[in-house]
Amino acid sequence: MAIYGLWVINKAGGLVYQRNFADGLAPLTSNEYLVLAGTLHGIHAITSRLSPVGSSSGVQVIEGETFKMNILLTVTGTKFVLLTSLAETTADTVLQKVYDIYSDAVMKNPFHTPEMPIRSEGFDTRVGTLIGTGQT
Amino acid sequence: MAYAQPHPRLSVVSNSSLSSVDHLSPTTSSTRFSLPSAPSLHGAASIVKAGPNRPNIYERNLNKTRGAEVSGAAFAFLFSEIVQYTQKRVSGINDLERQLNTLGYRIGTRVIELMVWRAEGSSKTPKREIKLISVLMMVHTQVWKAVFGKPADAIERSVENPDEYMIIDNDPPIERHISVPRDMSQLSCSSFTAGIVEAVLDGLSFPARVTAHNTPNPQFPNRTTILIKLEKSVLDREELLK
Repeated sequence: MAIYGLWVINKAGGLVYQRNFADGLAPLTSNEYLVLAGTLHGIHAITSRLSPVGSSSGVQVIEGETFKMNILLTVTGTKFVLLTSLAETTADTVLQKVYDIYSDAVMKNPFHTPEMPIRSEGFDTRVGTLIGTGQT
Repeated sequence: MAYAQPHPRLSVVSNSSLSSVDHLSPTTSSTRFSLPSAPSLHGAASIVKAGPNRPNIYERNLNKTRGAEVSGAAFAFLFSEIVQYTQKRVSGINDLERQLNTLGYRIGTRVIELMVWRAEGSSKTPKREIKLISVLMMVHTQVWKAVFGKPADAIERSVENPDEYMIIDNDPPIERHISVPRDMSQLSCSSFTAGIVEAVLDGLSFPARVTAHNTPNPQFPNRTTILIKLEKSVLDREELLK
């Protein structure tokens, strides 16, 4: 069980926060992360219209052979994405807690500009305390 | 020194940044900051929604403190907006701190009035603090409790300067969610608190210059020192009272 990485995607599809925890993912350049985040944003918009029965909030989990991508969409359109191992079961609670920290340490920080990259020491520290090195 | 000229206590918009304010705000500063007018009998319902069991804020009993706390999250958002608003209208960190101090001063004048009313209003033998040490202890304990709901963590006297005292808060509630960027590391948003303290001391006739400084330590990264530099007249009077 491991948490590999965390992304925060703003409502326009831009990657505003990206951090790796445990090893296990292929290292990417920051540009590649931006492209992936944008792609995911598009896929998410498509999946929210695919549901055969009524409206849908979009994809929540994408599972691969070696990893799982957990997506939390907030009411304001910000997406929190957690990359974990397949066996990880705490992803939902961790995402919820990250959202809590985001509301406190980012949204209440007067030096943060909405929709811009997150450079808040408080957010870094508190996410670090929550997830640690990614090993549970 | 900025303090040599009259401190713009009662106007929020300092003279130094008038030019920038002029082009940012079409309205005059006095209307921007005016309090909601006291409701007339007819207009009361439209300004404050007053249900049958909820008297509006102007009619509430001043002595009732239970349940009068405000939401910490709501305050955090408000304070964040205050800092952003102020930051747009100042040039530099010193100016920003002075402006926050001025805003805090306006709160402090009300804090001291309300605190004295609550503590001494019903007393048969109302008293007023006249000794420096008891005034400082009152700021450390009662003012902090009235404003933040907890006493400050320490109060110290400067070793080098006999006119300087320090009130220390290990985790100031107003700064709990604020991460100051590195290029502004000088800034302490507790200048707002310093303004409150300055007003309280002024109100008790202990004029002082109060500033806030970050003094982090490994255990408390947000630790803040409120530095009180008393005016000479206060110390001279203390000598006479001994």
